[in-house]
Amino acid sequence: MMAIAFLLQTLRIAVPYLLAAAGGVLSERVGVIALGLEGLMLSGAFGAALGAYYGDSAWAGLAGALAAGAVMTTILAVATLRFRANQVVVGVAINLIVVAGTRYFLRLIFDSSSNSPRVAGFGGEGVGNAMLASFTNPVVWIGLVTLPALGWVLYRTPFGLRVRAIGEKPEAAVSLGVNVMRLRVLGLYIAGAMASLGGAYLALDQHQFTDGMTAGRGFIALAAVIFGRWQPARVAVACLLFAAAETLQIQLQGAQLVPSQFVEMIPYVLTIIALAGLVGRSTAPAALGKTE
Amino acid sequence: MSGPSASGAAGSASLSATTLRALEAVLPPVVALCIAAVIGDLLILSFGESPAAVYALLIKGTWGNPYGIGQVLYKTTTLTCTGLAFALAGRAGLFNVGAEGQLAAGGFGAALLGLALPSGLPGLLAVPLCVMAAMLTGAGVGAVPGVLRARFGASEVIVTIMLNFIVLALLNWVVSTHLHLPETLRTPDIHAGTLPRLADWFAVFSGSAANAVLLLALAAAAASWWLLFRTRSGYELRAVGLQPDAAEYGGVHVPRVMWTSMALSGALAGLGGVNFVLGYKGYYEDGFAGGAGFLGIAVALVGRNHPFGIVLSALLFATLSQGGLAVNAIVPKQLTDILTAVVILSVATAVPEVQRQLRAAAASTMAALTRAQQTSGGRAS
Amino acid sequence: MNAVLSTDAPAGPLAIDIESVVKTFGGVVANRDASLQVPHGEIHALVGENGAGKSTLMRVLAGMYAPDAGRVRVNGQDVTGWKTTEAIAAGVGMVHQHFMLVPTLTVAENVVLGIEPRAGWQVDLPRAVREVEALCRKCGLHVDPEALVADLSVGEAQRVEILKALYRGARVLILDEPTAVLSPPEVQELWTVLRALRDDGGTVVLITHKLDEVIAVSDTITVMRAGATVSRFATAGTTPRDIARAMVGRDVNLHLDALGAVDAAALSTTSAAPTAGAPRRDARLVVHNLHLRSDRGTPAVSDLSFEVAGGEILGVAGVEGNGQTELLEAIAGLRPLQQGRIELDARLLSGLSVRQRADAGLSHIPEDRHRRGLVLDYSIADNLILGQQHRFTTRAGLDQAHIQRHAAEQVARFDIRPPLPALPARALSGGNQQKIVIAREMGRDFGVLLAAQPTRGVDVGAIEFIHAQLRAARDAGKAILLISADLSEVLALADRVAVMYRGRFVTVLPRQACSAELLGPYMTGAAA
Repeated sequence: MMAIAFLLQTLRIAVPYLLAAAGGVLSERVGVIALGLEGLMLSGAFGAALGAYYGDSAWAGLAGALAAGAVMTTILAVATLRFRANQVVVGVAINLIVVAGTRYFLRLIFDSSSNSPRVAGFGGEGVGNAMLASFTNPVVWIGLVTLPALGWVLYRTPFGLRVRAIGEKPEAAVSLGVNVMRLRVLGLYIAGAMASLGGAYLALDQHQFTDGMTAGRGFIALAAVIFGRWQPARVAVACLLFAAAETLQIQLQGAQLVPSQFVEMIPYVLTIIALAGLVGRSTAPAALGKTE
Repeated sequence: MSGPSASGAAGSASLSATTLRALEAVLPPVVALCIAAVIGDLLILSFGESPAAVYALLIKGTWGNPYGIGQVLYKTTTLTCTGLAFALAGRAGLFNVGAEGQLAAGGFGAALLGLALPSGLPGLLAVPLCVMAAMLTGAGVGAVPGVLRARFGASEVIVTIMLNFIVLALLNWVVSTHLHLPETLRTPDIHAGTLPRLADWFAVFSGSAANAVLLLALAAAAASWWLLFRTRSGYELRAVGLQPDAAEYGGVHVPRVMWTSMALSGALAGLGGVNFVLGYKGYYEDGFAGGAGFLGIAVALVGRNHPFGIVLSALLFATLSQGGLAVNAIVPKQLTDILTAVVILSVATAVPEVQRQLRAAAASTMAALTRAQQTSGGRAS
Repeated sequence: MNAVLSTDAPAGPLAIDIESVVKTFGGVVANRDASLQVPHGEIHALVGENGAGKSTLMRVLAGMYAPDAGRVRVNGQDVTGWKTTEAIAAGVGMVHQHFMLVPTLTVAENVVLGIEPRAGWQVDLPRAVREVEALCRKCGLHVDPEALVADLSVGEAQRVEILKALYRGARVLILDEPTAVLSPPEVQELWTVLRALRDDGGTVVLITHKLDEVIAVSDTITVMRAGATVSRFATAGTTPRDIARAMVGRDVNLHLDALGAVDAAALSTTSAAPTAGAPRRDARLVVHNLHLRSDRGTPAVSDLSFEVAGGEILGVAGVEGNGQTELLEAIAGLRPLQQGRIELDARLLSGLSVRQRADAGLSHIPEDRHRRGLVLDYSIADNLILGQQHRFTTRAGLDQAHIQRHAAEQVARFDIRPPLPALPARALSGGNQQKIVIAREMGRDFGVLLAAQPTRGVDVGAIEFIHAQLRAARDAGKAILLISADLSEVLALADRVAVMYRGRFVTVLPRQACSAELLGPYMTGAAA
């Protein structure tokens, strides 16, 4: 029973990572560094809270999240693809805009400096049923299915083949008449949608938006993308791994075996190790970052 | 080819090239600030206030009174350091997104030494030691991504971001388990190595956090300028950033330049940590960095990676930050945070666009000049 | 100027009819009056020196660029300014010099990219593989459809490029210097494929500067020079000398000597084997048993040995990609050696850094001035001290006064224009940029000079200046190793000529014994 509870909690914790990491994989595969995942997630969370508040339903929340993600993606796409601004800087800027923007609108709309009022979620009250109740949450299913679906798309469909080509050698795709720009834009919007859904899950699960509620999850998702070498199957495993470590840490909180700060560090340390090639080389798609 | 037409054409070429460079440097920040101003106006209006009133309050709260000026100077100090950090690595072609962690680590290093040193130690000895401790700690944290990049080609963007989390978590653990005063996340007051406040010299600044580290930051800016543009190391560093293959061909040891510039970058960020720890509060407190590391990126961008531009840019962003507090009564202080991010985005977008437009204009000018030269000077080539 | 020399205008509808195309990039005129007429069922060679505008013109045809003026017709239809997608759909395919293949995908995936066969929502990979296999059989090409492109040899990769075009139904196939990277048997295989395509009614345009190939496989030749078409003849009855004369144009007399004068006596006594024997006493650069690996891990230079004496220019002819780049990088200290020994003035170079070699008297004019030779955003003055910056440093930092003095001297001495040392190098023309490199490398004390493609992309006036500098250095007792893909340049400057093919010197001959006809087979590996 303990094991099942552990597994279920891991899955629940993994959902935002799985969603945001799927966005990260797609974004980087079309050549755009996914530094703005944190900001996209947070904007999705805020959008979800707004949507659920005004639309009085969790589904309206999802719509709000997607809208917010689309707005931020538009900024990202215009800056990096049309104006060819440096992707790292744009990513940092997006994160800052969202943090400041959500606080600003939190005050403007809800007159609070810390959180929104309580909003609708996808249910799942009650301690006993909390675990199983998760599975009535459609976002959980979307989360579990997203990376496998992305894997299928990438390796089986024409769209996926072209994305893989663009990520490695865009000139080849251009010389064959593939519309690289259109694919990049499409890829970015889908990626943004996934990341914002990851944030939406958080907000709807907690029934409110809290300032800074993503708490670095976007960066953990990015770490999973790199640790998983941009391959959806491996990235999914990485997400589950990080989520499991987090679950372990929560369950062992009393026992104080390992300080929480060290568990926090695990995804980041693993990513650095992967980048240094100590556990097999993590080489990014060759054309990553080169929209300048 | 001789005569007035040739030298005239050559002179025009020189003039246009210099103008080009100046424009490429100055135009993007100007454009960015205009865009930010427009967006700022829109946001203020959305809150139902008048932009004029808000800007007036902002100026009053910052440059309009000694306390405000002091606060602006205090924030300028940290931002100058983190801006220099990003710029130095940037000039070598590297992205140091880890100033936040390096800043905190530097502050911690200074605090640790300051706590360890005997309290009677004269400031003349203690201060340089503690400052060095800060810079060495920052350098250590900065060197890690540098070495990984130089040796393994690991993206320093990702490593510095990851390291930020690691360093901050580590520091949090160290302080919360070993060094903290009860009920807080701060260390005890440091015995030796603290620096005087500006208020200690000029009573008019009383109450503000501005302190002598400002002078250190300005000195660091001057030293960075001298290093970058007047020394051989700077020549080689900039060459690595502009054209690493040519630098290698020119005998430069590119991997070494990479990790040393990252270490130096970390050291500058570490120096920024001294502002809070030695200059303001006299102790280390978890989370004191408060985003100054990331803001350094904005400062460096607007300052166009040039030490003097960075000082001016730091003044700007410090004003915005302090101004946010001042206007908080009528408009959320996040307004200025949003504007800061908009400025970053605008500069990042404006730089390549301005460059493209200016270069296109220059190319057609040069083409026209060359045609003029040919027809007036001699046979066509 | 569209002089038709030896044949009448072709009869029947033309597959390709290009008329007076003009194309400019920035300030550079790549095509100023370029024309081409090719009927169906022909292999047509488009010939010219580097920079003649052949690639540009073909890219206009293939839809990569829109011409500034002129008209392009394919199969009678006006298609001026069309895009690559339209060109591909109309059956015009181009095989580029630098392959456009995705290394992480398989051959079949690369071939079908963009027009993938579908099975529902998915890519029908098995069908793609079958179709590629069928295409291979039909055309006589051999490549494994399921191999990863990253694992292919260069010759195999080129086959994939051809397959890409043929898979899309190309009836007009344009190949840009295809044999630059092929071995002799692969070249023969390519000719078989091209002839099959021609016999099937297709049209082939072959961009090349290899005259022996032109004679071997083409039906008609168009010659371009300085951006314009200058001649057109039937291949039958044409000699390499005729073609060369048309290619080179105004320096006819000079180059005819260089290309045509053959010392018959020397011919009969000179063996094709590289000169062996004891190292010359006055050898300043000695390379012995050199083995080098390319970036891809394949052997680039195999067991190479030679010396260059003081007061001599050893010219290394050969098509690019035969190890020349790696050789110079190894001597300069930019690349490690697997095996062998390099000595400069009797001093062993291994273990010495780039700077130490420069201090020992080595100068290097790199083949790519934009990548290696200059920091374009640095001023002329700053570029003039690149590699020597330690000599312009005092304890207080860079000695600006010294740097400016040095710059003023060099700018005057080497006639760099505009003569403004503060100007960024980016603002200068290609020829003047190259002069910066020349001034820096030859304007200081050196013993041995490595010169790679010293006049590439340089205007005619600057070429003569640079050649004069090289001769003057040689006369002053320096040893010069000249590497150039431009055979006429090698023949104009060298005292001894080596031909580099697949990492070896396949022959080393005194200059008087050389001619384009003699060296050609060595350059293409035809002579063993």
